[in-house]
Amino acid sequence: MPSSQQSRPSLDAPEQPINSPTLSVAGWSRWIWRQITSMRTALLLLLMLAVAAVPGSVFPQRSADPNGVTQYFDNNPQLAPVLDAIQLFDVYTSAWFSAIYILLFISLIGCVVPRTLVHAKALRSAPPAAPRLFSRMPASLKVKTTKAQSAKVAEQAQVLLKKQGYRVVRTGDAVSAERGYLRETGNLVFHLSLIGVLLAVGIGGGQSYSGQRVLVEGETFVNNLAGFDSFAPGTFFKEEQLVPFSVTLDKFEVDFDFVNQTNIGTPLDFRASVSALIPQSAQNSTLAKKTGVIRVNEPLAMPGSNIYLTGNGYAPEITIRDKKGNITYSGATAFLPQSAKYTSLGVIKVPDVEKQFGIISFFYPTVAELDTGALTSLYPAPIDPLLTMNVYVGDLGLDGGSPKNVYALDTSAMTQVAGGKSGVKGLRLQLGETVKLPGDLGTVTFDSLKRFASLDVSYNPGGFWVLVFALMALGGVTLSLLVPRRRVWVRKTETGFEVAALARGDDPILEKVVAEVAEALSGKTTKTTKSESK
Amino acid sequence: MTSIALNPELASISRLIIQGSMLFYSAAFLSFVFHLSRLASTKKSLRQAATKLERAGIVLLAIAAVIHGSGVVLRGIAASRVPWANMYEFSITGSFIVVVIFLIALFIKDIRLIATFVSGFTLLILGSADVVFWVNVKSLMPALQSYWLVIHVLVAVLATAFFNIAAALSIAYIFKTAKWVENSKLKFVALLKRILGLFPSIEKLESLAYRFNIIGFILWSFTLIAGAIWAERAWHRYWGWDTKEVWTFIIWTIYAGYLHANATRGWSGKRSAWLAIIGFVAILFNFTVVNLFFKGLHVYSGLK
Ligand code: HEM
Repeated sequence: MPSSQQSRPSLDAPEQPINSPTLSVAGWSRWIWRQITSMRTALLLLLMLAVAAVPGSVFPQRSADPNGVTQYFDNNPQLAPVLDAIQLFDVYTSAWFSAIYILLFISLIGCVVPRTLVHAKALRSAPPAAPRLFSRMPASLKVKTTKAQSAKVAEQAQVLLKKQGYRVVRTGDAVSAERGYLRETGNLVFHLSLIGVLLAVGIGGGQSYSGQRVLVEGETFVNNLAGFDSFAPGTFFKEEQLVPFSVTLDKFEVDFDFVNQTNIGTPLDFRASVSALIPQSAQNSTLAKKTGVIRVNEPLAMPGSNIYLTGNGYAPEITIRDKKGNITYSGATAFLPQSAKYTSLGVIKVPDVEKQFGIISFFYPTVAELDTGALTSLYPAPIDPLLTMNVYVGDLGLDGGSPKNVYALDTSAMTQVAGGKSGVKGLRLQLGETVKLPGDLGTVTFDSLKRFASLDVSYNPGGFWVLVFALMALGGVTLSLLVPRRRVWVRKTETGFEVAALARGDDPILEKVVAEVAEALSGKTTKTTKSESK
Repeated sequence: MTSIALNPELASISRLIIQGSMLFYSAAFLSFVFHLSRLASTKKSLRQAATKLERAGIVLLAIAAVIHGSGVVLRGIAASRVPWANMYEFSITGSFIVVVIFLIALFIKDIRLIATFVSGFTLLILGSADVVFWVNVKSLMPALQSYWLVIHVLVAVLATAFFNIAAALSIAYIFKTAKWVENSKLKFVALLKRILGLFPSIEKLESLAYRFNIIGFILWSFTLIAGAIWAERAWHRYWGWDTKEVWTFIIWTIYAGYLHANATRGWSGKRSAWLAIIGFVAILFNFTVVNLFFKGLHVYSGLK
């Protein structure tokens, strides 16, 4: 295949001669540069990018689904490390994916910069002179007229084409006209905007952060690093970016449908009512109060960030007392929903007692017993709530210093004393009930039921600029694909006049344009001599 | 307290109406098939009678579209929202839009010869929608309650309709330029060759496909941007390489490749036609396999 140039006649650059590469270093580097910035390379890189993106939808990704990755490692202990070595769990930050898009953008810059210069010149220069042979053009037409008519044709053509938005020059008996510079402008704006998108994604992502916090009704958290359960900073994040406002979850409400038969139990709306205290400046300590409702799709704007609602569930309030009646555990514990009906799983750890113990507990908002004896929840709202508990005694593993997941209980060093195969039935508590824990562990009370909200405090300054560039790209590509760019020439002949036109890219109406110009100039209907415009 | 009123009875009526429209689509499809086979016939009398069949087919197609459209509207009323929030609804609305765009395009461009494909494809989509994807009306999960659902999904469906018609044209192009069709001596292929002879020239097919694809591409670019804006509102980030986002990106990139191919020596023509087909296959894959079997935040099939 010959070295790659565009197949269509180019309006801007004259066809480059196809140089066979010389062996000099300069020659080679010029050759390599030309390969990289060629249209075919751009095309191949684009297709490679499409293919390279596929595995990220097949394998779980650390960025989007870290639990999925852990699970994958558990299920495929042999395969997973191999896949990990070739970065299949981090496809979009992998060396190979990055290599493709970086090359693509180098190619893009190498391609667009020279084109911009050429186009800038074209914008200022006059349309080129009429070709010698009009019949060589994709659409052309010869028209016979009277002598008197043909004498005025150049002048008329100039007026006519100018009115139609062409840039027109007249040289003697011939007129050259060109329109649709916006097509190339649009193309360049599009490609340049893609660079803008990439930069905004990169720079904005570096300054971004997002922190997650599970908040039970009545609880407050402060927007600082210690206030979050988990935190994901960008590369350039600085702690000073966090404005230390505090947010209290006053109330969390859910509407479930229990009217429409086909829809029973479907959540219709989640509302987190919050109140916040916002410091007005670093120097003085005045606080401004702000209240608001956060919903899915409706984050709350705070200074330097937005607060989003990303999840919710029940938080039963539980009190545990030892055999003497001293409170050893008390509070509302967030239970993670396991099903659409909000069957939820929670873990309670009681470390500060003689014999450490832990509880794995299930919560059923509207409990029902299956034929097998297993429990289930029929409806997500708390119509008939029930807590069940399995109790384990032994080392909770909290003293090791390594951070422990508050939603999981490592029972490997513990003995089960209630529920399962322990020989003692698991505990069951209705709202308000107190039951005895096995052995002499004391009692447990299900005091009340609260809800929790998972909130996400996020900031990404790049987002705005990504949007600006993306919209510019959209506008650019629309112009570039839909604005026709064409040249039209008109010239007086012995017997009348002739018209020809040449288009860049796809121009479905090239012949019609020629026919219409001819018609307007001669005052009669005509037919083009050549058909195919492409 | 939020509440909505769903109307499952009306949804069943809507389903019946759409099943009714399938009868008309079948009739239209058969007319177009007979039309093509007659046109390709070696007997002159048969060929002359064919035009009537084609006209009948288009009338049947228009009737089918009207019935189909009323079914779609009733579905929306039954659900008291836009009828494109699960796979059943995407299917009925999307295929309706394909037919409408095709019928409108008939006034502008002579693309009657892909009517067989359009009616057959619509039939296939409606059939699988009814058999595999049917769910009764449900309310929207809170993440979907947004005007972005109206904009983003509608534009995606529109883009798909344009890509769909372009893919049909590209498939015709591929058959028409295929060597095995040219050289085969099989009787069946000979018939196919005569039918292909009725299609517009390959240059015409290529440039028609190109025009549908550029509209599709602009709409798809908008879909991508609108999706990112919505994701920022609903999931606190505008882009997170969720499986559905990945596939939207892949499809966009394939079509960007297609546009480049059209301007690259050695790549316009057959290769770019293949790219257009691959792009459309990716769309179908995104809609079916990714929706049903891939894990991600977009779990809207409405099926368990
Ligand atoms: C991120 C990578 C790229 C993307 C997503 C992309 C996308 C597109 C799209 C959508 C078009 C069609 C719309 C238009 O004409 O403006 C296009 C056209 C074009 N692109 Fe790119 N492009 C990329 C990189 C490149 C590179 C590296 C080059 C240079 C080799 C290039 C050169 C061109 C040219 C010359 C056209 C006009 C084709 C014509 O005449 O129809 N592009 N590009």
